[in-house]
Amino acid sequence: MRRKLTKHSIPTKYTLLILTCVCVIVMFVSFTLNLSGGPLNTVAGYVFVPMQKGINSIGTWFVSRADDLKSLRDVMQENRELQEQVDQLTQELNTIKLEQYELDNLRELMDLDQKYPSYEKVAARVIGVDGGNWFNIFLIDKGTRDGIEKDMNVIAGSGLVGIVIDTGPNYAKVRSIIDDASNVSGMALSTADRCIINGNLASMNENQVIEFSDLKCDDDTVATGEQIVTSHISDKYLEGILIGYVSTIERDSNNLTYSGTITPAVDFQHLQEVLVILDKKNIQKDQEES
Amino acid sequence: MKLRLRRKLVVFLIIGICFLLQCTLFQALAFASISPNLLIVVTSSFGFMRGRKEGMWIGLLCGLLLDIFFGSVIGFYALIYAYLGYINGFFRKMFFPDDIKLPLILIAMSDFSYNILVYLFLFFLRGKLRFPYYLIHIMLPELVYTILVTIILYFVILKINQKLEVSERRSAGKFV
Repeated sequence: MRRKLTKHSIPTKYTLLILTCVCVIVMFVSFTLNLSGGPLNTVAGYVFVPMQKGINSIGTWFVSRADDLKSLRDVMQENRELQEQVDQLTQELNTIKLEQYELDNLRELMDLDQKYPSYEKVAARVIGVDGGNWFNIFLIDKGTRDGIEKDMNVIAGSGLVGIVIDTGPNYAKVRSIIDDASNVSGMALSTADRCIINGNLASMNENQVIEFSDLKCDDDTVATGEQIVTSHISDKYLEGILIGYVSTIERDSNNLTYSGTITPAVDFQHLQEVLVILDKKNIQKDQEES
Repeated sequence: MKLRLRRKLVVFLIIGICFLLQCTLFQALAFASISPNLLIVVTSSFGFMRGRKEGMWIGLLCGLLLDIFFGSVIGFYALIYAYLGYINGFFRKMFFPDDIKLPLILIAMSDFSYNILVYLFLFFLRGKLRFPYYLIHIMLPELVYTILVTIILYFVILKINQKLEVSERRSAGKFV
């Protein structure tokens, strides 16, 4: 009976009006209460995520076949270069090991805990990228069932990729740091001067860089090539994760702060696998509050 | 009833496939990190092929899917797509299957207005005022790419719709 009513007696105009109201209300509710789809997430996750995984594994299969066809000569050349690099790196590693040994000794002496604990991580695959061209949000194939929660940090290689903003049972939504709406609090590694790093669609499209601003530092202590890591004051990002390298820097018109651009440490164009850090920064704070 | 159910299933399938392609395959095929908007093609072609009501519901579904997976609030894309489907429905009377000019123009207009709305609400209101840049580097490339994809996708959707309509008409004839 109800079906019939909606089919025949309500003109489309009014249905549209009702839908508009519903959408606006849902928008406000999900914005103010910070809710996500809930059951919708679950249903959509179970329907679409397996298919996305399938398409992606087919895609990676094709890519890997294409890579196989790369001529042997290229590979040989690369091998030689890599061998040289290995030698060089081994040397560096040895020196660093020595230094690390010394550091450990000194730390032991000073009774200091290790400053950066090794975080527990889980590897995940990127299975879908935002359909539009405005934002840089992507989906990974691990969700709440694998212990992933909102606000967990996502890294790839050694660099910061982004943060989990929403989860379903078998997928999670990640906002990358190059996304136009992303803001990260960072600091220069050598001087610990803090700045704000915000993703920028325009500069990312033009030069593959993101912007930073409000860097307060002494004259010329931060130069191009300086490493920028996540800062200790951020309440969501863990401290000391590499974000990228300063590529340009200039003094703001207020003569106090600097701003410029950063080349991200991660190659966002070819992101296939990421690591999600299962430790969250705000856990401690929550415990203190409760 | 059975046919109505079949139509619904087919439409769900088309939306699902287009959504999956849009967020996997076409992201890999993106030129200069611009990818086409398949869901706009689906929404607006069903809009002018089937009328306001179906356009609206299909648009709502497409938008909801985007909202769940990539949106920051639920309902934003759903609303835009529903309106696009509804407005495209007004052109049903002018639509002839053989003529590709009207579909192309309508889909182009839909894609463009979708991008303008996204820019206005999600970029302009956050103080990103470089409209000419976004117009030239995001909106127009997407428009061109979407139109190119439309030429293929539109005919697929058209053929599927015609098949459905033929069988619907045949079964309607039986009852008379």
